[in-house]
Amino acid sequence: MDFETDTMNTQYDAIIIGGGHNGLIHAAYLAKAGKQVIVLERRHLVGGAAVTEEIIPGFKFTEFSYVVSLLRPEVIRDLELPKHGLTILPLPSTFTPLANGDYFAAWDDHDKTRREIYRHSPKDAEAYDDYSRQMARMAMAVKPILSMIPPDPTSFSPKDLMGLAKLGGHAASLSEHDFYNLAKLMTMSAADLLDEWFECDPLKGTKSASGIIGTFLGPRSPGTAYVLLHHYMGEIDGAFRAWGFAKGGTGGISNSIANSAKALGVEIRLNAPVAQVITRNGRAVGVALENGDEVHARYVVSSLDPKRTFLKLLDPNQLPGEFVSAIRRYKIRGSSGKVNLALSELPNFTALPGEGPLHRGAISISPSIDYIERAYDDAKYGRFSRQPYIDCILPSMIDPDMAPPGQHVMSCFVQYAPYNLEGGWDDAKREAFGDTVVDTLAQYAPNLKRAIIGRQVLTPVDIERITGLTEGNIFAGELALHQLLFLRPAPGWANYRTPVGNFWQCGSGTHPGGGIMGASGRLAAMELLKDWK
Amino acid sequence: MLKGTPFHSRTLPLNESQSWRRWSGFLAAGSYELTHEREYWAVRNAAALLDVSPLYKYHLSGPDALRLLNRVVTRDVARCAVGQVMYTPWCDEHGKVIDDGTIARLAENLFRLTSAEPNIRWLHMNAVGLNVKIEDVSEQIGALALQGPKSRLILNACADKNLDALKYFRHTTAKISGIPVTISRTGYTGDLGYELWCDAKDAVALWDALMKAGHDYGITPTGILALDVARVEAGLILLDVDYTSAHVAAIEAQKSSPFELNLGWAVSLDKGNFVGRKVLAAEKTRGSAWQFVGLDIEWKNLERLFLEEGLPPQLPTTTLRASIPVFATGQQVGYASSSCWSPILKKYIALAHLEAAHAKPGNLLMFEMMIQHKRRYTPARVVELPFFNPERKRN
Repeated sequence: MDFETDTMNTQYDAIIIGGGHNGLIHAAYLAKAGKQVIVLERRHLVGGAAVTEEIIPGFKFTEFSYVVSLLRPEVIRDLELPKHGLTILPLPSTFTPLANGDYFAAWDDHDKTRREIYRHSPKDAEAYDDYSRQMARMAMAVKPILSMIPPDPTSFSPKDLMGLAKLGGHAASLSEHDFYNLAKLMTMSAADLLDEWFECDPLKGTKSASGIIGTFLGPRSPGTAYVLLHHYMGEIDGAFRAWGFAKGGTGGISNSIANSAKALGVEIRLNAPVAQVITRNGRAVGVALENGDEVHARYVVSSLDPKRTFLKLLDPNQLPGEFVSAIRRYKIRGSSGKVNLALSELPNFTALPGEGPLHRGAISISPSIDYIERAYDDAKYGRFSRQPYIDCILPSMIDPDMAPPGQHVMSCFVQYAPYNLEGGWDDAKREAFGDTVVDTLAQYAPNLKRAIIGRQVLTPVDIERITGLTEGNIFAGELALHQLLFLRPAPGWANYRTPVGNFWQCGSGTHPGGGIMGASGRLAAMELLKDWK
Repeated sequence: MLKGTPFHSRTLPLNESQSWRRWSGFLAAGSYELTHEREYWAVRNAAALLDVSPLYKYHLSGPDALRLLNRVVTRDVARCAVGQVMYTPWCDEHGKVIDDGTIARLAENLFRLTSAEPNIRWLHMNAVGLNVKIEDVSEQIGALALQGPKSRLILNACADKNLDALKYFRHTTAKISGIPVTISRTGYTGDLGYELWCDAKDAVALWDALMKAGHDYGITPTGILALDVARVEAGLILLDVDYTSAHVAAIEAQKSSPFELNLGWAVSLDKGNFVGRKVLAAEKTRGSAWQFVGLDIEWKNLERLFLEEGLPPQLPTTTLRASIPVFATGQQVGYASSSCWSPILKKYIALAHLEAAHAKPGNLLMFEMMIQHKRRYTPARVVELPFFNPERKRN
């Protein structure tokens, strides 16, 4: 080896733009097939929106995303993620404190949960079991779609026809009853769906929250029932709708994927923001970094969201006008914020005082559907919610390595916080938003304020600035029916290709979409490898 | 009526599930919580506190204590220094395993032997002509296992000495809240962990001190359901589940030699005579008929078999202590004796006895599964034990 040549390799089989979980997974699959791959990450660490950072010394914040359920089991197996450090710890319960001093909870035991719901509504206690079974059936029904390239119904190519036949055959295997339910799920609002099943407000409020997360919609907006189902598609060890907390926070997931990718030979370059994709005769041939370096490859794959991929990395003149306007119309509205707290003691909830199982599960501020719909009303008119929906967990209670012994971290996902705030976001508004979140929680756990050692408040603008996600939208594009399957991100371009030759996409803005799922990165890699031959 | 251990006044109110198992005539918590899941994760990610008092414990003392042990067990106890602990099986005259346990050399002529079954008669039978005192101290000693990555930090927080220097399979004495304890860096989980031995009258105070010191590190009272999963991941055998004591076996085929239990490393043929040596030497030359290995039951086909029935995969969340046939080209070549879903490895794993010819690592066999009341067969790969072996166990 010649030690004089210090220059880095500049010719690869594939360049992956963005070291989020989909970019890393995509890279790992290509490397597994023997390709020489480089991942270019803008920041000093991999993970995108799945990162853990020690913002306050000793306290590790799972900064943006915070739980895991949707990560595809085949990705975990194929990339041997447990061997590379992935550990998923149980997050078994949900606790919803109420304004009247009572609470609603779903615990880690069927009988305990049934008795708890019975306390609020004997009918709902039974409906809860039926509902859970039906959602599991629905999740199983749509599960194959997560593992296939979405067929285009307007195409007569053998591949699309076969895909459609497969989907059709699958739909035919559902009972009539299940099929109707599936059709309803795809179109209804979460509120209408839940009204069909339940009467208890905190139960409906808490369940409906899964239907609005990451969207700029309220629980009464049509289409939110599907988002709810999307959150049911998670499975851990074969168990549907199980949620977990990754050891080390969601950065632990990214690190395990990066470790696996590196073991497969992937090169990961940090602090390497890409300025643009270099094209020659309508084909991508490489990328130019912001520092002027160029890296060349046979394929260039973007894991960024569709707006960034097509409107920032490329000159729109290189794309068909119709496509550009479809991408411009692509809905990617930022609607959520995040508040991370470092605590000297556990929040003590008036409704259920003392340390207990509630601190090891989700704590949800979602007393009713009306409460969440009102929170949405604020956002519709350009304000952050005065009484927001908040989904909290205490990572340090699940993984003692997240905070110094005896102290805690608290992760609070907050909706709604519109990206386009009236008058725009500034420091004062960010702090006011943080105060609103703390005040809301302190209504239920009065000791919270004195327990706060430090806090990190992230508005959608901050999420965009740090992760690069347009408008800070956590799903890289809303999970609305008109942006799913063969329509994600744009009609005709759901098979991970783009109008530019050898330029591909693999992020959450492609089928099947957001959450730490990894299906997009995997499916795109499998499709790209077919193209390679 | 089953007896409570010296810790019973503490473990009883904590046992939310009221699930008790029997262990040597004592009550042992199956799981304290309604499921064992969090207790399992305490073993692997925080610290699990287990009451292991039902173990049989013997003190062997006197000038011939070492000679007795070296006559009975297969390992060379002469190489066990004061402050050291050795794991070992012991055999009958035909080289078949009777029991297994640990030997701690507490002083030059004082040893503590633990076992799963009573062994006082067997020890006496082998002590003929030796100057050794054999005491059954089972009920005088309370024993706790503190297992998991945070176990060392907890002990350092409450013991009167730092344990950073205590190596794997070594023991030391210390005081915790003024209570004299022996702390050995041993356990049955394959993780970083310790076992604490105290006078039974101090048991409750020791429990309280550990629970208090461990609170900020996630200490979790843990039952034997979680332990049973951890020990399978660690590839550790359990008497009456993975093998039958030679004293109990009804027929020859139920007996196993140490070589057949993957314990060949614990047989010192060159240490002089011991019970079963001649037969074991011959077996070593000849090769054993059986091998004890790990099986990694492959997911893809298993999932397909369930899907064919329209079901999601359903796997045992606790260790299945049932014999499961294993096949090679249509012929049964062995059986799994313990199997479970490993939450940390995300794999369905099993401990299995295989005919030696089929036991090579990498070998692909067929594992029987009952799916929707039908016998189905799914590929399982032979792997070396243990399945899970974190660096922190020894470091």
